[in-house]
Amino acid sequence: MHSMEGWLRQDGRKGIRNIVLVAYLVECAHHVCTKIARPFDDGEVQVIGFSGCFPSEYGHQMMEALCTHPNVGAVQLVSLGCENFKKQQLAETIRASGRLVNLLTIQSAGGTSASVESGRAWVASTLEELARQPREPMEVNELVVGTICGGSDATSGLTGNPAAGLAFDRLVEEGAVCIFEETGELIGCEQIMAARAANGKLGEKIIATVEKAARYYASMGYGSFSNGNALGGLSTIEEKSLGAYAKSGSSTISGLLKPAEQAPTGGLFLLDVVPDGPPKFGFPNINDTAEIIELISCGAHIVIFVTGRGSVVGSAISPVLKVCANPETFNRMQEDMDVNAGRVLLDTTQLPEVGKEIFEKIVGLAGGEKSASEKLGHTEFVLTYKTASKPEPGCHTV
Amino acid sequence: MTSSDPRLLVLSERDNILVLAEPVEAGEILNVCGTPVQVQASLGLGHKLARSAIPEGKDVLKYGLPIGFAARDISIGEHVHVHNLTSRYTVVEVME
Repeated sequence: MHSMEGWLRQDGRKGIRNIVLVAYLVECAHHVCTKIARPFDDGEVQVIGFSGCFPSEYGHQMMEALCTHPNVGAVQLVSLGCENFKKQQLAETIRASGRLVNLLTIQSAGGTSASVESGRAWVASTLEELARQPREPMEVNELVVGTICGGSDATSGLTGNPAAGLAFDRLVEEGAVCIFEETGELIGCEQIMAARAANGKLGEKIIATVEKAARYYASMGYGSFSNGNALGGLSTIEEKSLGAYAKSGSSTISGLLKPAEQAPTGGLFLLDVVPDGPPKFGFPNINDTAEIIELISCGAHIVIFVTGRGSVVGSAISPVLKVCANPETFNRMQEDMDVNAGRVLLDTTQLPEVGKEIFEKIVGLAGGEKSASEKLGHTEFVLTYKTASKPEPGCHTV
Repeated sequence: MTSSDPRLLVLSERDNILVLAEPVEAGEILNVCGTPVQVQASLGLGHKLARSAIPEGKDVLKYGLPIGFAARDISIGEHVHVHNLTSRYTVVEVME
């Protein structure tokens, strides 16, 4: 068993990575960020940002949560200069969190080349400084772990998701925060999920949250169901949902979270990714990466990603642990996968073994090991417009 | 749990479907709970076959829970998928 180590942050959380983010505050600054980050290892320096020029409370909340995520050591903010983003406020939040921050404005720096040069110089000196920061021992009860499934097929619910659920049970038992999500992919599970809530009031909220998701997707005209899901043997959203639901394990559900909100204590939480109120700005999450980024905005150090068809994505900020549910996919795409859960199909007694392997890989990642997607340089990032959610203090009934 | 054919998984005793643990080719004979059934079209692993006859309108059960209803009468051993199984929530649109 590896020992876990983390960088202690001012707010008491520990990070398992010490990343320098280069963050654009409007799409117009994206290219400069990409150029700033290019000479550096993408494991150490990663590009994230908010593309929109119109003000967004949600975008601001998300950028604050991501730039002060425990896995982040420093942030190079890049503004074009005329966008609506509250950049001074963001820079101040990052500074107040004890992190190094540099705000660069392209229009005042004198254009692309001058900005790239100045940004690279800051990043290079910051990396030297971060390299001197010590790590401290870390325990399982300091971990926040998210789970998502993507590129699902009929094997996801048979092997990968139940195995991820077993790993979640073990993590919750040891005091970690575990977060599962995508209420649009839990349609049909609301009653059985409510029965697992810590109390009746939370159970009612869970049902209301899934009903909200069903209404939202109905008004969008499409549910969260892809062509690949059907090719892989899934026939309905309920069937996909029941498979997806298995990754939550069997622990008591302690509360609901909104994006960019941290869990108050250890336990199992459901992330409500669907905005309240009438639909605005389109689909709640346009792809798997948008969901992963929201899990990370709630402080997830690691995201378990169960896939049947075979997804290759990783993520900026936090490592993604790829659990492959389908043995045929695993054989085809081995370099992208961390865990071969498909072996359960041939021998169901393997399920607890796979659950244990996922748990041990999580501990390994927290000890500094790299996931398959990290080794391949994946640092996907997506953040779009959404209606901001006000945290509900009454929601966490632990 | 098996259904006496090791290629067919029973996920819950309540289920009226079975899940293929490996791909099957058209023409192969499967033993569906004692009834020999010839596979009509090749199917990938994870696809569902009716464990018993399912009348139109009746719930299709997987993991012991409803995953939609039979859009028409389904006979024992028949492939259960988007063509004869309909969601009670969002109707699936198959793109290609």
